[in-house]
Amino acid sequence: MSSTAQPSAILKAMLMVALLAFTAACARTKDAGVGNLGPGQVAPGTQQEFLVTIGDRVFFETDSSSLTAEAQATLGKQAVWLNRYPQYSVQIEGHADERGTREYNIALSARRASAVVNFLVSQGVASQRISSKAYGKERPVAVCNDISCWSQNRRAVTVLGGR
Amino acid sequence: MRLYSRRDALKLSLAGAGVIGSVTAARALVEITVTGGDFEPLPIAVPAFSSLDPVLGEDVRRVVTDNLRRSGLFIPLDPSTYPVQRGDVNVTPEFAGWRNITADALVMGQVEREGNLIRANIRLWDVIAGQQVFGQTYATDQSNWRRIAHIVSDAIYSSLTGEGGYFDSRVVYVAESGPKANRTKRLAMMDSDGANVRYLTDGRALVLTPRYSPNNQMLSYMSYVEGNPQVYLLNIGTGVQQRIGQFGTMTFAPRFSPDGQRLAFSVESAGNTNLYLMGLGGGQPAQLTNSAAIDTAPSFSPDGSRIAFESDRGGSQQIYVMGSGGGGAQRISFGDGSYSTPVWSPIGDLIAFTKQYDGQFHIGTMRPDGSNERVLVSSYHNEGPTWAPNGRVLMFFRDLGGNDGPRLHSVDVWGRNEQVINTETFASDPTWSALLG
Repeated sequence: MSSTAQPSAILKAMLMVALLAFTAACARTKDAGVGNLGPGQVAPGTQQEFLVTIGDRVFFETDSSSLTAEAQATLGKQAVWLNRYPQYSVQIEGHADERGTREYNIALSARRASAVVNFLVSQGVASQRISSKAYGKERPVAVCNDISCWSQNRRAVTVLGGR
Repeated sequence: MRLYSRRDALKLSLAGAGVIGSVTAARALVEITVTGGDFEPLPIAVPAFSSLDPVLGEDVRRVVTDNLRRSGLFIPLDPSTYPVQRGDVNVTPEFAGWRNITADALVMGQVEREGNLIRANIRLWDVIAGQQVFGQTYATDQSNWRRIAHIVSDAIYSSLTGEGGYFDSRVVYVAESGPKANRTKRLAMMDSDGANVRYLTDGRALVLTPRYSPNNQMLSYMSYVEGNPQVYLLNIGTGVQQRIGQFGTMTFAPRFSPDGQRLAFSVESAGNTNLYLMGLGGGQPAQLTNSAAIDTAPSFSPDGSRIAFESDRGGSQQIYVMGSGGGGAQRISFGDGSYSTPVWSPIGDLIAFTKQYDGQFHIGTMRPDGSNERVLVSSYHNEGPTWAPNGRVLMFFRDLGGNDGPRLHSVDVWGRNEQVINTETFASDPTWSALLG
């Protein structure tokens, strides 16, 4: 027993070191602050640029699939970006919060995805580039029992693909 | 709504036996109408079943006793007080001794293995009247001894309550594991009491809302296995899964017709969700609703002539009823809040639903015309009721929120006797089979 414990302890120590190095690397990136990157610091036309400078998601009011002014602004920027980089296809993932029943939430999230698809098409993005998928309440990003989480989960996410 | 009281029930079973003198005696006893907490469960004695295999005898007796207790309609009395420890099906009991311990009913049983069968001889006695309620022999395959216990439980429950039984049935549900943001969901099947769990899908694809076919041989459910969710059929015996077709962007919320020949479900296309009906023999589905609203969660009346469903066509989710050919939908839910997941009782008298009101999720029932709404349970999140085969018990799932997960619960139609069904994983979306028969 003790003979096997020895190498395992060493291994553990090595893992700890590796982990520390990794955390340090993460911390450095974080210190730089992804939100503080000016234009030009993210390579244009990359997924990273789409995530950081455009924003990949919009949020909805309870039981609603109407696009808020803020959502329309984000989607407008998405459309401009997508029109500039036609090599990307996109999938719009619709989501609902947990404060609804299963079937309704699936339908509601489909309606939200559809609202986003229609908006992007109206801004000149070719409909053949766009697909959609409804997740209902199955894939929350925030987990808690109040509106701070529910409002983050009522979303539609534009996922880039097919470069 | 009225439950047969214990005195009524005994009186009814006696009337069936044609024992006039005892009926008169029973009438003199207090009658209890169930309107909530004032119902008194019937005290019943279940002494040890005689058997050449005492372990088997005790296993069967224990499951019968647990079933009766869990129904909330019976109180099995403490065996240490019994005047006789081991039942004898061939002897008329000394009723005075059983009356002394306040037993109203007495079960005597004998369980034996016979070749590939397990055979149970059961006599149920009305202790107050001093009469036999029934004497019956039951047999099942030896591979599943629990079934004989469920069949015996149903016979006792049924003869003393005047309602159908429900123990000899199964529940399919969605077994959930992993973090809430990325749950693994598998279809799982268990006996109605939570025993004999087995998994029907492997968890690679997200699966939701399983629904039993009326003959218990098929399930219909929704799966993300091929990208966009679609309705599938699963043959439980063979394990073969089959997509029903590709209609619109996605199909979901399936439900079998009572004859098992057709499937109603939702089709979503460009954000619009309507109801369709399709013969399982093949062919194109017929469109039942055509609105700009979300029409989903269809459920047939037991005679197949009508469909209850939920729709937000009036602004919020409400329950509607239409003919099963479509058209003429009438709203039936008019209380405060929104209503969803209507499920028609197998005996036709009630529609169960999920209701959202005042920040809580409630399970309730109403008559098919929308009258007599009754809320049975309320909490942070209750959802998705399914009916026991006798239409007198509902199962649903409750989620306390946060990182916790859902659990299956049951409650009777009188709002009494809430129970947790223990499962080894989190569990949601239950669907109750018909009696295995």
